[in-house]
Amino acid sequence: MLEFWDSYLGTFIIIIAQCIAVTAFVMISLIFLVYADRKIWAAVQLRRGPNVVGPFGLLQSFADFLKYVFKEVVIPAGADRSVFIIAPLISFVLAIMAWAVIPFSENWVLANINVGILYVFAISSLEVYGVIMGGWASNSKYAFLGSLRSAAQMISYEVSIGFIIIGILVSTGSLNLTAIVMAQDGNYGFFSWYWLPHLPMALLFFVSALAETNRPPFDLPEAESELVAGYQVEYSSTLFLLFMVGEYATIFLMCALMSILFFGGWLSPIPGLPDGALWMVGKMAFFFFLFAMVKAIVPRYRYDQLMRLGWKVILPVSLGWVAVSGFFAHLGWDAYARFAIGG
Amino acid sequence: MLFTLIFYFFSLLAIGSGLMVVFSRNPVHAVLWLILAFLSAAGLFVIQGAEFIAMLLIIVYVGAVAVLFLFVVMMLDVDFATLKAGMARYIPLGLLIGVVFLLILGIELSDWNSSEIAPDLRQVIQPADIQNTEALGNVIYTEYVFLFQIAGLILLVAMIGAIVLTHRKREGVKKQDVVSQMYRDSAKSVSLEDVPSGKGLS
Amino acid sequence: MFPSDLTTILPELVLASYGLAALMWAVFSNTQKTGTALVWLTSIFLVGLSLWIGLATTGTKQAFGGAFVDDGFSRFAKVVIALSSAVVLLLSRDYLDRERILKFEFPILVVFAVLGMMVMVSAHGLMVLYMGIELQSLSLYVLAAFHRNHSKSTEAGLKYFVLGALSSGLLLYGASLTYGFSGTTLMSGISEAISDGETSVGLLFGLAFLIVGLAFKVSAAPFHMWAPDVYEGAPTPVTLFLATAPKVAAMILFARLLMEAFGPVADDWQLIVGGIAFVSMFLGSIAAIGQIDIKRLMAYSSIAHMGYALMGIASGTEKGFQAMLIYMVIYTIMNLGTFAFILSMRKGGRPVSDIYSLGMYSKQAPVQAFSLLLLMFSLAGIVPLVGFFAKLYVFLAVIEVGMYWLALGGAIASVIGAYYYLRLVYFMYFGEDGESLDDNMTRTSQITLVLSGVFVIVGVANLFGIIDISQAATGMLFN
Repeated sequence: MLEFWDSYLGTFIIIIAQCIAVTAFVMISLIFLVYADRKIWAAVQLRRGPNVVGPFGLLQSFADFLKYVFKEVVIPAGADRSVFIIAPLISFVLAIMAWAVIPFSENWVLANINVGILYVFAISSLEVYGVIMGGWASNSKYAFLGSLRSAAQMISYEVSIGFIIIGILVSTGSLNLTAIVMAQDGNYGFFSWYWLPHLPMALLFFVSALAETNRPPFDLPEAESELVAGYQVEYSSTLFLLFMVGEYATIFLMCALMSILFFGGWLSPIPGLPDGALWMVGKMAFFFFLFAMVKAIVPRYRYDQLMRLGWKVILPVSLGWVAVSGFFAHLGWDAYARFAIGG
Repeated sequence: MLFTLIFYFFSLLAIGSGLMVVFSRNPVHAVLWLILAFLSAAGLFVIQGAEFIAMLLIIVYVGAVAVLFLFVVMMLDVDFATLKAGMARYIPLGLLIGVVFLLILGIELSDWNSSEIAPDLRQVIQPADIQNTEALGNVIYTEYVFLFQIAGLILLVAMIGAIVLTHRKREGVKKQDVVSQMYRDSAKSVSLEDVPSGKGLS
Repeated sequence: MFPSDLTTILPELVLASYGLAALMWAVFSNTQKTGTALVWLTSIFLVGLSLWIGLATTGTKQAFGGAFVDDGFSRFAKVVIALSSAVVLLLSRDYLDRERILKFEFPILVVFAVLGMMVMVSAHGLMVLYMGIELQSLSLYVLAAFHRNHSKSTEAGLKYFVLGALSSGLLLYGASLTYGFSGTTLMSGISEAISDGETSVGLLFGLAFLIVGLAFKVSAAPFHMWAPDVYEGAPTPVTLFLATAPKVAAMILFARLLMEAFGPVADDWQLIVGGIAFVSMFLGSIAAIGQIDIKRLMAYSSIAHMGYALMGIASGTEKGFQAMLIYMVIYTIMNLGTFAFILSMRKGGRPVSDIYSLGMYSKQAPVQAFSLLLLMFSLAGIVPLVGFFAKLYVFLAVIEVGMYWLALGGAIASVIGAYYYLRLVYFMYFGEDGESLDDNMTRTSQITLVLSGVFVIVGVANLFGIIDISQAATGMLFN
């Protein structure tokens, strides 16, 4: 039996099984994340939120799913058919693809590649295409405006995210996500993670992640009050579902990155307790909670304010931090130079 | 064997999408094919073991440059029919240049030889035991730091150029000073007045 | 290794730091005066820099594993480049001010262009060569389009950019073929690889493409198409800048590349370069005849002059290279003087550039007119002036290696070319007495014009020692 798993076919089957496992995890999480998002939002606004389908409304997302899938796909007249259909597919596939390199625990990773963080970064830089193609192909002013806004916004914040990541990379000496987590392993548990030495960057990363995923308060691409629903305005049925799932998968991915880069991934916050994937999932859930709270609490930015924040505040600060943390790492300060334990 | 298959897949994809860039009628589609060509080129880099360059190719070209292309092509309402009508006149010349370059390439390939001492003259030989990200970092910031800095200056000049050629100071535009807005408080902007009845404030 | 590298590139470092500091200062204190102040400051700085380079450093030093070289040849060029750019800046101030385009970016872009040229002349590897060319060209593209509300200027910038990018592409293609043959981008390595054994057809194609790319940059025919349009459209100070320092830098680079990298296959490139020189001389001389725009005319004139200078390179000897250096210095000075005049050509406050407006200029301003006459005679290469000796040196150099056809062609072309220079003189002294030019020449322009007029006569005596200096400079290249 062992030989079989070493053969081409066996390896292939293992890889496929792993892919399915990760995808299933993400999809099942998403179903409840959408529910959680709505519940949290409702709770902040003193409403009940979904509470009809299933106990506490837990099955609401399943009902929505069925409804989306069984509706008719409407393609507007004058739309570019092929691009119109490809756009949500791109959005969805890319969002799932990025999960390939996310480690859930030591050795619990689908593809442990050397340039893991760059891979995630590359995929997230591609995600703008789903939005921009969808907006253009809809042949509608609202959708087009939304997609242009989103393209400019995502590119602007990507630059900052890149610089924020560089600080972490300099400290770790590796681009491998597992190595980044391992480098945060220390005697002080919670306090030996990167969030402390890279504190300003942890905050900026959170803000940039909000902007990168078009979440409120930066949800200008789909600003309901101005653009109806932005680039999604002409989408219905399964195609809309794909966009939505893609969006939530990206948000969840950002939560995962947040915990890997700054909050020690699967490491236990209390020294002595065992590390494990549960910590990772817990941290991701916590950051998703923060995402949901921000959505409920913070009012939407205006577009020029958004651009100003990105280019005039976050970019210079993160660029400066690259220099500062590089300098600290060069001096060999323990908190900033962890090449030995990580890479 | 598997790698050969993947290689042919990506190369055919690259060539095919490259052709589609030229032949597609819709400019937006052309840009999308171009993106596919970039992606397949990145795939080829991965096969070569240059994963760092592959990722950079995607981040820089697909994630930023091609988005701007797409942006411009979508915003400009270029009528490609008229553009192509004018092009017909130059196609023979273009084809001629293409054929000449192809011939040159053919001649070079048919009689290609490198100098015998070329392998010894190589300046940077990748050490066997480190990843290519690290290997690149090691030479770019030491031996080639001069070129790296000059490249930075070139980009700076490009930036200055863009600002000089396009930035216009418009008169009469109300601008927000965010800092002063944030420093504004009720004590400075609101005052309580006791209005005597029947007289009002002057 | 590192500290010595830094001391070798110290002049470049200082210039880059100056550029960055000036940029920061100008951005944060942007007032009406900033542009003027920065023009003065920059030209003083450039003069200081050239004095420092010329006087304080000696010997040959290599840096960054041999990719960058600081020797007499490059220092000679750097001094010429920095000095001429300083003069260009001083001459430009008044023109830019009148046209309301005296922005502080102008001197800063000039600084970065000069930096690019300094890197070019010191390049000892294909990569440094390319980076230097790009830094210089990118600054020049922007400068050519500097008068952005003028359709001609933006057109010039765009044309220059597109064709320049094309030529960079050819250059890179050539460089990669060369690299494929030799396995290195260092010039010393390439020459080693070539002299080691047989050359290959790939290498020769590489050489040809490199020559084509560089011929583009020096605007030698048949790769000159951009020059007339760009010269005409660009603001006149920029035209002046284009006609002087970048030409010197590209020529020096041309010489060094052919000599130090491709020295062992000199037979192969001598003929190509000779051919380019031949075509340039004739094309420049003949095409200039029909021009009525003086800036276009100067463009063709510079194409022809590049032909003569390339002749020196085509000879492939120490003497030829020395002749090329002398030629470039004289050419630069003559151009500075001529453009000092062109910059002040105005009618009713608006700049003009057609040659008929010169009509009877001699009556209006005899001293200036006579200086210009001397410059024109010198550009044409008429006997007692330095322009003649410049040509004589290159002719002698090619005759020495037996390329008689080239020398003969040069002589015929200069006779043809004399026609249009003399035509300008004719207009000044015997032309129709029409509406005359404004009498508004600035002090700087007058001094430059008259000084260069004096130079073309007095320089005959000993060329102010340029011969010795250039001999020492080329000697370092050949040993």
